[in-house]
Amino acid sequence: MSSPSEPFGDHSTLPREHYLNARYGIRSWLLTTDHKRIALLYLVSVTFFFMIGGAFATMIRIHLLTPTGALVTPETYNRLFTMHGVAMIFFFLIPSIPAVLGNFFIPMMIGAKDLAFPKINLLSWYIYIIGGCFVLYAFSTGGLDTGWTFYTPLSSIYSNSAVTPAVLGIFINGFSSILTGLNFIVTVHTMRAPGMTWFRLPLFVWSNYATSIIFILGTPVIAITLLLAGLERMFHLGFFNPALGGDPILFQHLFWFYSHPAVYIMVLPAMGVVSEIVPTFARKPIFGYSFVAGSSIAIAVIGFFVWAHHMFVTGQSTYSALAFSLLSYLVAIPSAVKVFNWTSTLYKGSISWDTPMLYALGFIGLFVIGGLTGLFLACLGIDMHVHDTYFVIAHFHYIMVGGAVMGYLGGLHYWWPKISGKLYPESLARLAAIILFVGFNLTFFPQFILGYLGMPRRYSTYPPEFQVLNVMSSAGASILALGYLLPMAYLIWSMRYGEVAGRNPWPATGLEWQTDSPPPTENFEVTPEVTWEAYDFDNRPDLGLDVKGSHLLAPAHGGD
Amino acid sequence: MQSPLPLSPEQASSFAPQVDALTLFMVTVCLFFAMAITVAVVYFFFKYRRKEPGDIGVPIHGDMRLETAWIVVPLLLALCMFSWGAVVYVDYRRAPLDTLDIYVVGKQWMWKVQQPNGLREINELHVPVGRNVRLILASEDVIHDFSVPAFRVKFDAVPGHYNDMWFRPTKVGRYHFFCSQYCGTNHALMQGWVTVMEPSAYAAWLSGSAQVGAADPVSAGEKLFVERACVTCHLADGTGRAPSLNGVYGNKVLLTDRSTVAADDAYLRESILDPQAKIVAGFQPVMPSFQGQLTEEQILDLIAYIKSLQSQPVPAKGAGIAPPTGKK
Repeated sequence: MSSPSEPFGDHSTLPREHYLNARYGIRSWLLTTDHKRIALLYLVSVTFFFMIGGAFATMIRIHLLTPTGALVTPETYNRLFTMHGVAMIFFFLIPSIPAVLGNFFIPMMIGAKDLAFPKINLLSWYIYIIGGCFVLYAFSTGGLDTGWTFYTPLSSIYSNSAVTPAVLGIFINGFSSILTGLNFIVTVHTMRAPGMTWFRLPLFVWSNYATSIIFILGTPVIAITLLLAGLERMFHLGFFNPALGGDPILFQHLFWFYSHPAVYIMVLPAMGVVSEIVPTFARKPIFGYSFVAGSSIAIAVIGFFVWAHHMFVTGQSTYSALAFSLLSYLVAIPSAVKVFNWTSTLYKGSISWDTPMLYALGFIGLFVIGGLTGLFLACLGIDMHVHDTYFVIAHFHYIMVGGAVMGYLGGLHYWWPKISGKLYPESLARLAAIILFVGFNLTFFPQFILGYLGMPRRYSTYPPEFQVLNVMSSAGASILALGYLLPMAYLIWSMRYGEVAGRNPWPATGLEWQTDSPPPTENFEVTPEVTWEAYDFDNRPDLGLDVKGSHLLAPAHGGD
Repeated sequence: MQSPLPLSPEQASSFAPQVDALTLFMVTVCLFFAMAITVAVVYFFFKYRRKEPGDIGVPIHGDMRLETAWIVVPLLLALCMFSWGAVVYVDYRRAPLDTLDIYVVGKQWMWKVQQPNGLREINELHVPVGRNVRLILASEDVIHDFSVPAFRVKFDAVPGHYNDMWFRPTKVGRYHFFCSQYCGTNHALMQGWVTVMEPSAYAAWLSGSAQVGAADPVSAGEKLFVERACVTCHLADGTGRAPSLNGVYGNKVLLTDRSTVAADDAYLRESILDPQAKIVAGFQPVMPSFQGQLTEEQILDLIAYIKSLQSQPVPAKGAGIAPPTGKK
């Protein structure tokens, strides 16, 4: 069975010149306009913020080992969960897949030399860094204790923490998203190679395209919302302050108008990764291509109409709550369609058990639980009980960590040979994926129960009857942490000591695999011409697979 | 009453069995689908494991009937889930008319409760079993949330708004309540206990309190009404500069722009804090604002007093009450 330990094709040596060694020196990196180098700049930065957010999470889970709090004061605890959320959401989850894997592979997947606006791409990264600096400044001078949701009037009037620099940092960072979205949309519209029609596009491109729509339409709203909250704080204005005639609930509507679509920004690209991995490692086309592509667009659109499901107990009108609950159920349908199509793709596949496939299947399992528990929260009669409890925390971590992070790691592993020219160590990687999956479930499943029992979120101390479940969750977190540290270690190790990968070790059908690993700066020596459909394994003799000999035609292999 | 769900709180209110039944339904349906998908994925993962390195899978591109089925069936299930949840929630949002009303004010970081006779509690709420209870929630500073897991209910206390929530306690006992909207440093300490008592015990507790001299809210409100000079304009016979408040609570008020508005708690509160927002037809916009001059509890006392004027004789003119339109 093909695996990185026995890659396909010629894998004797690295290409002599490629994007990593084409030019040397710090300026060639900090002033690069090569989308691949920019992707690596992002890779380093998002990993940095992931580690910061992860450090805060570690402290949270240690603190919650005892009902009275094992580690820190309430003031510090409140800062920990706030900064964990801000770092992870705005500086890791939202940029990760688009800015790392999207930047690297969208041009290659469509047969282009780069994105439509390479300099704007670099500008996006600098804007991200500047925004990040403001937020790091906020973290280190006074911290932030408003929750990542910044509800008013707590954030605009009562909090004594570094709210202003933090909202400024997130405001600035938003422009990084907007410019990336713009870049992707224009690129996909105008730079597809000859023969690369819309319906031959890899599904990863469709997912990032849908994500880019949300980037452009949604991000300006969070920008202005945080700006208003910051202005209220600095100049005692009355947008959200009831004493001055403002409405705190207005803030929530504005905030969630972006922040709900933001969760689709976080998960759609990960779904795109899964849509690449499953066909590749089952060696057959995705089942229901147009439905999977269309579902990404449907999620992006419907996702703009569900925001007030975060506000069912704020006092909005009952009619409003009914509308948002119904729409929240509708947005779940396209996600279900994807899950059914991925599962069907496995049917009569030729399935390899390599690490990327393990991550993709892990995604499916955890996303199913996360998505189904979302139905509980969309249910008005249940949300009135579990709103703002650990049930909600468990739900969104299943999607964001069990879903988005697994998708990110799966994509990183899948494309690592192309990015680095090397293979990661397969057995160790499989072990890490399993450790991650087990650790994740141990950490977060008990939290569903904690939530139904009534434990509110954002609690630095809790009633003693909740301790057993909290200890289970913290124990799981230690295993989860190991699952993250392993890939960090062996991926770096593989850059120096890994086996040479060759052009197309899996092999896969996308255009990105038609060029060297690592690719040359201009991606393709000659602009490719596309004459095949996506994931068309049985019409690709260039891949060197045994189309005639496989069980497709030979009854001896198990029949039809 | 033991919940059919393992690992859930006691059922101590009329909503608890409803919410638990709905949850059991959701768990059953979702577990079924989760299991079905897991079984399919795991089965295919093993059955179709690659045998030879060069093998490919069978190129099946799709099936319209399957796509239709797995859109329509989940959609129908989703509509069932939505409808059942909606029914419970709509009931929750419409308090019955016969509720025992208790005021609950959240502030950083405690809950102040005021019983109908003025008896005050801090981080404690005493209620009678079997009676519909409505909590009117207010906040003095940031957004808080009053949640009682054993009752399966919660609602936000938002500064600048009144929100109400209702339940009917069904089991005598003591149940934890929590603040469930992050509100700053001691959010986790903003907890307390609901004590559900037999009606006779509740009545006894209510009257035999150790709070000497605690004025009931109506008397306290009447005192404020005089002290703050409201009485100088709001003459009871309607001849003053401002409408008489006799009979106003619960009725519709006619405004200068010919629209009518229901004179509920929120209207009364707004009229005190932002009197220019709605002017009663036939009157001038001369009322000063009391923003910043009254605590939340004082406002609630004033409202309690105004509510008590419901049963006073309505003056022939000058109350601003909208004439009945002849249709209901």
